[in-house]
This record gives sequence, structure tokens and C-alpha cells, in this order.
Amino acid sequence: MNLAVRDILRHRWRFIQTSVGLGLLIAVVMSMGGIYRGLIADATVALTSTGADLWIVQKDTEGPFAAASRLPEDAEYRIAAVPGIAQASGLSFQNMQVSRFGKPLRFFLVGYKLNGLGGPPVIVAGRGIRQQHYEMVVDKAMKIELGETLKLGLNHYTVVGITKGMASVAGDPFAYVTLANAQDIQFKTDNDAIRNSRARIAQKMSQVATLSPAQITQLTPLVTEIAVSTHMVNAVAATLAPGADLKEIQESIQRWNHYRAISTAEQEKILTSGMIQKSKMQLGLFRIILLTISAVIITLIIYTMTMEKTRVIATLKLIGSPNKVVAALILQQSLLIGLIAYVIGYVIVSATYDKFPRRVELVAFDLEALFAIVMIICVLSSLIGVRKALKVDASQALGG
Amino acid sequence: MHAIEVKGLTKIYGKGHTEVVALADASLTVSPGELVAVIGPSGSGKTTMLTTIGLINEPTRGLVILDGITVVDGSWVPGLDLKRIRRERLGFIFQSYNLIPFLTAVENVIVALNLNGVRGKEARMRAVELLDKLFLGSRLKNYPTELSGGEAQRVAIARALANRPKVILADEPTAALDTDNGKNVMELLKKLAVEHNSAIMVVTHDSRMVEGFDRIFEVHDGRITHEPVRT
Repeated sequence: MNLAVRDILRHRWRFIQTSVGLGLLIAVVMSMGGIYRGLIADATVALTSTGADLWIVQKDTEGPFAAASRLPEDAEYRIAAVPGIAQASGLSFQNMQVSRFGKPLRFFLVGYKLNGLGGPPVIVAGRGIRQQHYEMVVDKAMKIELGETLKLGLNHYTVVGITKGMASVAGDPFAYVTLANAQDIQFKTDNDAIRNSRARIAQKMSQVATLSPAQITQLTPLVTEIAVSTHMVNAVAATLAPGADLKEIQESIQRWNHYRAISTAEQEKILTSGMIQKSKMQLGLFRIILLTISAVIITLIIYTMTMEKTRVIATLKLIGSPNKVVAALILQQSLLIGLIAYVIGYVIVSATYDKFPRRVELVAFDLEALFAIVMIICVLSSLIGVRKALKVDASQALGG
Repeated sequence: MHAIEVKGLTKIYGKGHTEVVALADASLTVSPGELVAVIGPSGSGKTTMLTTIGLINEPTRGLVILDGITVVDGSWVPGLDLKRIRRERLGFIFQSYNLIPFLTAVENVIVALNLNGVRGKEARMRAVELLDKLFLGSRLKNYPTELSGGEAQRVAIARALANRPKVILADEPTAALDTDNGKNVMELLKKLAVEHNSAIMVVTHDSRMVEGFDRIFEVHDGRITHEPVRT
């Protein structure tokens, strides 16, 4: 007969209440671990889903995700010509916020070439983009229906497909349009701005003494066109040909093309140890604080339970119970509370993780490690109770 | 052979000017099957006598032999497993029953058997048999809070008897019971002393409850003041 189990069964509602409270705390610790993993997944999902080996960005920047980067669109062709490069595609990235039904809608807009790299990795509903203009694919998390239209920049875009699991470092879901559309959205100015630009260029040219009025009239539209050109990308993603030397290609691009070539591994490091470092530390600190609180709570519960059982323990000792029976009673109860609380925490997180606004990734290793930590906390917490129980004098069972 | 043999048992608390002699030079013997009472007012030393004989309190000096085993010779005999002696050879009955609240009546008896290595069906069978004898066959699955005072004390008696001890020590077993229930419990103890051939020592302050006991020891200020009275 197991005394710890019998006690728990007799006072099951009290134990369940205690375990639910503790379980909620463990659920928070568990979800924070999931959010931490989600942060890393969000930070790297764009890299992994693109399948690129190299990211070519503006010189002296850490773009396109961690810093601003701009390259001419035709850089793609120069990169594609580098020996060892299998494929190169210009990509555009931008954070966007539009108003939808009076509420702000944030997302991370990716512009890609239809037969290039960087498109939606999976389509869960509808289809991929087929037309060069005014179609878009959105992540499921944006909660936009197929066929709905969104006004981005100067034009309306129809949602033709839904992807899933794609989010930026900031947790904003991805939306995809063609590169040409993304360039329009990001760089194209409206007619007023073009007129202003043209007037400013004409005015600047008029200050050049060697230009005649006729030349200024002819040159102004040409210069304006170059000034308001949208043929820019934020990065060129490239894959390597089999057997190509990554380092060699990186050095070659940096020396001859004057761009920075960042390997996917380096890009991952930039994202995880730079952009989300503080969030990681914050979450880690919260987890430590919450685990400490859990430890204190378990210790208090076990200590209180031991104090309440002083007479039972004294009686057991008086009728000849060895110390190990008394210690096992306390330790097993502590472990059972921890186990029940862990299961409750796991059930809560499993039932709710997909409803969190940000990605929560439950990794088996994290769950196992947390389970081990909870069990260790239970053992350590019970030590005070066990010490107290072993100090209880058998004579305390006597008297009224 | 006596079940309990006590010679010159003394317990002194504190030292110097704080010294209190709780038990002074007590000597007595109790034979198997004999029911004896130790009576006296509060603070007279009767519980100290019970706890020193029951291996809970280490005496200052004296000799105690329980069921043929010398357990105290000046002090506790070194190398003896006192807990083992308590669970194998002694049974305890308490004033407030001290049943384990989260165990049913039958489980409260089984726990004592389990401690002595009797497990499973055998433990359950013996516990049920004992409780049946004590007219508790219909209360096996009741928790202590669901039992009357008299029933709870009978469960406690069953627990004390579970391992067939040669010595049963009872500390004010009727103090929490009304007169009728108290008398019933004492009658039961008398019967069990003979049936189980156990020596039963009952400590009580209520001299009305010891009617029919084989012998009565009266304790005052730590001393047995009167020769045992055979009732």
C-alpha cells in the first residue's frame, strides 16, 4: 500500500487544485520555451524556406533582414555569372502595415521572381502566383480568405493562395507578391511625387550653364526616370552548383562585385545572435524566475503538507516505521504533485499553442529537459519536508 | 518469563537546578495475558513510564526487559533496532486514536502489517479478520472521520494487535470516549489480553475505568506509591 498515493486519492481535489495552480505556472514556463524556439524558427524560416546558400547584399551591411540593403536588380545577372553559382534571384523584403476593416494588419512582404528563389514554400489552399501582377499569397496567420483583395501601395492585390508557418523575426506573417509588384509597392512614387521630382531636376539643370533650355527639356524626363526607377532589390539569393567552394565564391563576389556575400550559416548567426539575442535573454530570465517561483511554491506546499501530517508521521514512527517509509511518503507526494502539474501544464500548452499570436514551437528536448528540471525541483523541495518529517518525535503521537 | 520486566527505571529531565525527576526507581513486572493499569494525576510520571517502556523516551537509568529482550540496561542497549522491536513486539493505543486520516479502517490495520513485511492478500485477510472480531466488519471501508469515537478506538486496538505483539501499551485510551464507550473499550482490552496472551499496560488518570484489571499501579511524583492492587 502506497501511503503517498492513498493520501493523494483521499484529498484528490486539494491535490488537483494545487497541481492545477502549479501546472499553470509550468505551462507558462513551457510556453516561454516554445516562444523562444518560435523566435529562432521565425528568424530562420525565410532562410531555410528559400533554400539559398548565399545572400548577396549591399556592401558593408548585414541585410536584408537585420539591416537595410539595396542593390540594383541587374546585380542578379552579375552574380549568376560567377563561376560556381547555380541560380541567383533578386528578392525584396519589407515590413508593411495596412488597414483592414478598420484594424491594422501587419505583415512581411516578400517579392520574388516566379521562376526564381524565395517564393512560398508550401501552398495549403488555393494556388501559387501565376500572373506577373496583382496576385498575392498570404500566410494562414493573416486570416485572409482566398479571393479577398488588399490595397498595397497604389494597387489592389487578390489573394490567390495561402501558405503557412511563415513569419518574420518580428513575428509578422509573410505575404508574397512578384518581385515587380514588390518593387512597385516599395519604390514606386505617386504622380505628384514624380512631378515634384521632375521640377526639382529641371531646376537643378537650369543652374548648369553649359546646358541649353532645349537640352534641359530633353534630359529632364530621362533623368527623372532614372531617379524614380524601381528596379532595385534588397538582396540576391543564390544557390551553389554541386562541388562549388562557398568561401571562394564569397571572396570572389566581395572582391569583384563590391557586394557583401553572406553564407546562410552566417546569416543565421546574424539573425539569432544579433536580432533576437535580447528577446532570448529576456525569455531565458523569465523562465529562470518562474522556475524559481515554482521551486519556492513546491517547497512551501510540501512543507505545509508535512506540517499538517506531523501527528500521522509521529504515529507511523511510534508503530515502528523506518525513516525510509516516512521519507518516501514526503518525496513521492512531491514528485506526484510535480508530475501531475507537468501533465496539466503540457495539456494546457498543447491545447493552446497554436492560438498564441506568435509561433510557439514545442521541442521534445525542451519538454524532456523541463520535465527533468521539475522533477529535480520536486526532489530538492521535498528535502526540507523530509528533514522536518525525520525530526518529528514519535512521542508527539501521545497525548490529546 | 514476564512480558514486561522493569527494575529501578528512572527518568530525569534537565540538569542541576533545572533537574526534574519524572520517574524515580520504578520497578514492576507484567505477565503475558495480564491487564495492568497505571493510574495517577496529571504530571505524576505515568506517561513517562509508558514512553520509556515503549522505547520512545530513553531512560536515565534502570533495566527494561520486553518479551525476553533486554532493551534498557542503564540506557538503551546499543545495537538494538528499537523501531523494529516497536513494530514487532509492541502495540500502541492512543488517547485520540491516531488513525491515519487518509486510510480506511481496514487500511489502518494493513499499514501496521505492511510495516512488518506482511503484504497483499494475507495482510488484508488478517486485517479483516481482526476488525470482524472487534465488530467492525461493516465499517472496513470507512475513513476515520466517518467512525464514531468507540469505533475509531476499536480500529486503533485492531492496529495495535495486528502484529500479535506480546506487549500492548495504551495511553489514556478512554479519555476521548464517553463513559459507556470507555467501559466497552476496557472490557475489550481485558478480553484481548487473555485471548492474545498479551501483557496490556493501560495508563489512565480515571480510576473508574480500571475496574476488573488484574493489577493497578498508582504513581505520584514519579514514584510508584502503592503496592500493586489486585482487583
